[in-house]
Amino acid sequence: MRLTCPLCGPRDRREFYYYGAAVYLDRPAADAPPEAWDEYLHLRDNPAGVTQDLWYHEQGCGSWLKVTRNTVTHEILAVDAVSAADAAEEAR
Amino acid sequence: MRYSGWKVLAQGLRGNTGWAPAWRDPAPKAAYDAVIIGGGGHGLATAYYLAKNHGLTNIAVLEKGYLGSGNIGRNTTIVRANYFLPGNSEFYSHSLKLWEGLEAELNYNVMHSQRGLINLFHSDGQRDAFARRGNAMINQGDDAVLLDREGVRELLPYLDYDNTRFPIYGGLLHPRGGTARHDAVAWGYARAADRRGVDLIQNCEVTGIDVVDGRVTGVQTTRGAIRARKVGMVVAGRSSQVAAMAGLRLPIESHVLQAFVTEGLKPVIDHVISFGMGHFYISQSDKGGLVFGGDLDFYASYAARGNLPMVEHVMEAGMTLMPMIGRARVLRSWGGIMDMTPDGSPIIDRTPVAGLFVDAGWNYGGFKAVPASGWCMAHLMATGESHPVAARFRLDRFATGHLLDEEGTGSQHNLH
Repeated sequence: MRLTCPLCGPRDRREFYYYGAAVYLDRPAADAPPEAWDEYLHLRDNPAGVTQDLWYHEQGCGSWLKVTRNTVTHEILAVDAVSAADAAEEAR
Repeated sequence: MRYSGWKVLAQGLRGNTGWAPAWRDPAPKAAYDAVIIGGGGHGLATAYYLAKNHGLTNIAVLEKGYLGSGNIGRNTTIVRANYFLPGNSEFYSHSLKLWEGLEAELNYNVMHSQRGLINLFHSDGQRDAFARRGNAMINQGDDAVLLDREGVRELLPYLDYDNTRFPIYGGLLHPRGGTARHDAVAWGYARAADRRGVDLIQNCEVTGIDVVDGRVTGVQTTRGAIRARKVGMVVAGRSSQVAAMAGLRLPIESHVLQAFVTEGLKPVIDHVISFGMGHFYISQSDKGGLVFGGDLDFYASYAARGNLPMVEHVMEAGMTLMPMIGRARVLRSWGGIMDMTPDGSPIIDRTPVAGLFVDAGWNYGGFKAVPASGWCMAHLMATGESHPVAARFRLDRFATGHLLDEEGTGSQHNLH
């Protein structure tokens, strides 16, 4: 499996650290109820198919990446830097 | 038909022409008292104990493929009770006791072999931790022997004792640990459940769970609707998808775990050996293949295969520990889909939907748990109350903070 880092190009999976589902980007407010934190930290859609998750280019440029990929086929559909992906989201 | 040595002999003389199928192939009825989704080890064990311990025989197991087609046939067959935390310790202890009587109970040879399991340690600190774990196992009523380096060398003379990165300081021997024939466990429970009148329905995929006013009323399947007041989801590997049919989200992320087997060799490894620092463990099957594996690939996955970096890592760890296996040829590798929970412990509990129960989140430790998981899930479905040895496997423990973090690494999906 290879990820194409937007800064470094195609790199081996070993350079990356997997963090978890991209819902980690939607951090609840500090005063959110405990249920919101449970949702955020523990509960997952866990799809068999296309998902989005966060990877860290640990042995490369150090970017946090939002990866769109298929959990059944291991196909990588898109790799975006988290900051850029967020900016695009806000623009929409 | 009851199996026995005499039957084998008699059938041998008659050219093995008199064996009957081990279970029926019934069509689904329109309604059952209880339905279990998932015909793997845990589901079949649940059905068996529902019938045996609780007298519930108007029940069905619904399996989307064939019986035992999931993780019961994809694991590395290890059976042990070497847990530390209250909540885990008594559960796995109960499971091991059930294993020890399983063949007589089921009238089926599951080839349970208590060959002893050795967890290696490589530092003074790790020795202390293992001594403490061994004491917890003994306090639970199970067995543990702390071996020093020479004690390990006596049992496992072929390890590399000159490794400088992870020098072998000793090992924790769990004499009652061992292996069993994985498929036979599913077949044995299936046959025993069928003999008690349980309908085992194969090629019957559940496509919907009917919920009316917060209560389960039945399931929709590829072979028609089936009404039931009690439904158990026992589908580790696909738990999130099945739970989603009832509108539930589970604290589970699915990961792939790889395993490997070599060509058959003469007996060379007599125990189960676990090399935790290298993420490597190994045993030899009765057929002669070296069965070994390592850690998760560490990304969410539903592919029943992994990637090469973990293959390489496992092979390196094996060569580091026991260079003698270097010439053995690997025959096959495969992957199993693990229900990973944030704290690495399983779930056997009610759900917010009345009458709907969940047995899930077995991480990479489901095989040894099969008997006790079935026992406790059956108790829960029959009585509505958690069995005492599984009382801490709660679905809501992440929200309430009552975690069961055996590894002590934290409660987050990428930590176990």
